[in-house]
Amino acid sequence: MIEVKNLKKSFGNHVVLKDINVMVKPKEVVVVIGPSGSGKSTFLRCINLLETITGGQVLIEGVDITDKKTNINSVRMEVGMVFQQFNLFPHKTVIENIMLAPTKVRKVSAEKARDKGMELLKKVGLTEKANAYPDSLSGGQKQRVAIARSLAMTPKIMLFDEPTSALDPEMVGEVLEVMKQLAKEGMTMVVVTHEMGFAKEVGDRVIFMDDGLVVEKNIPRELFDNPQQERTKSFLSKIL
Amino acid sequence: MLDFRWDLLAEYGPFFVKGTVLTIGLSIAGILIGTVFGLLIGLGKMMKNKYFSLPAKWYIAFFRGTPFMVQILLIHFAVIPPIFGGTNSIAAAIVALSLNSAAYIAEIFRAGIQSIDRGQMEASRSLGMNHMQSMVYVILPQAVKRMIPPLGNQFIVLIKDSSLAALVAAPELMYWGQVMQGQYYRVWEPYLAVAAIYLVLTLSLSFLLSRLESRLSTE
Repeated sequence: MIEVKNLKKSFGNHVVLKDINVMVKPKEVVVVIGPSGSGKSTFLRCINLLETITGGQVLIEGVDITDKKTNINSVRMEVGMVFQQFNLFPHKTVIENIMLAPTKVRKVSAEKARDKGMELLKKVGLTEKANAYPDSLSGGQKQRVAIARSLAMTPKIMLFDEPTSALDPEMVGEVLEVMKQLAKEGMTMVVVTHEMGFAKEVGDRVIFMDDGLVVEKNIPRELFDNPQQERTKSFLSKIL
Repeated sequence: MLDFRWDLLAEYGPFFVKGTVLTIGLSIAGILIGTVFGLLIGLGKMMKNKYFSLPAKWYIAFFRGTPFMVQILLIHFAVIPPIFGGTNSIAAAIVALSLNSAAYIAEIFRAGIQSIDRGQMEASRSLGMNHMQSMVYVILPQAVKRMIPPLGNQFIVLIKDSSLAALVAAPELMYWGQVMQGQYYRVWEPYLAVAAIYLVLTLSLSFLLSRLESRLSTE
């Protein structure tokens, strides 16, 4: 479903991703962990071309998104993204945030988009906030709206870039709960996170990145209980 | 000051009314044309293509970096005659005000757009919207709200700058003030009256803009 081949990315002289090769199968939940500065967020952002790629290939359902002929907008319609800082549109209400892309990009009627939006709000438990502005929501509520907004485009893949890192500790749970539900429903997900509990419980595979490279990838139990690389061991010993 | 001549003011009342109407007209024309031009120049300056961004930079440098008085004289005596086949003080005033304010407005637009967090564009693009859609539905509505206070400033400056049209004998408010001074050798009456009228104009404008700002608030 997602195929990343020899991905390289540098900002000027600073090499962030050295040579990344990752495959994500349909319905798989892949969790990416690693110290800050390891390039895990950049890796995720490359998957929907929020960063221009320096070298290598990223294929999404067989379509090479690094090819100049590929219409990146139609690829992005199928790939939802959730950001650390939520990035809700502050000038629009919650329901308008959710309806915007379906009506403008998929040309869904406002009525249908609203119905679908309310359905998604119900799923994330925020129907009563439909007409509120983002500024009046808590961090956890904002992130749940952001997830609903992405889902409104009915994406086949969801990318999560440290979705709980900007939240107060007591709000982390409600967001993870929504993500677990999504995973249960069979959504293909790539999640960059520091939530090791989530990685163990929900992840089908865990990738440990450091210094622009994939150091180790394995099923969660193996990677956490029986790490093969020294670097993985020292990272895990510091955070667990 | 003790013998304030209200009767002279009353006599000049109709001229001040005519002058005020022209001042308002010049200002509105300058604001409208300057805003459209300013938007285009601001967008031009933000483009990566140097053929668009360099001329925009030079334009802004020239019109911000030279006195408005020089600009209006140049336009009145050098630019307008070949086009109109003679001088035309009102046309010169409108052109000068528009071109001058466009330079400032271009920078206000650019600052407004660039002040919006990068995450907004990223979120919008990640939902599949193209650059244009993201600009129109996500970035500009937020940017416009932030542009209102500096634009209001600029419009107030423009109303006051329109008084320099008196230099080229456009019969606006300041012009009639000078005429009255010349006829009666009085200074307090004409210039206090003119100052009061400008103050009413600029205060009304800032009142309108603050109403607009509170209507766009999402609190």
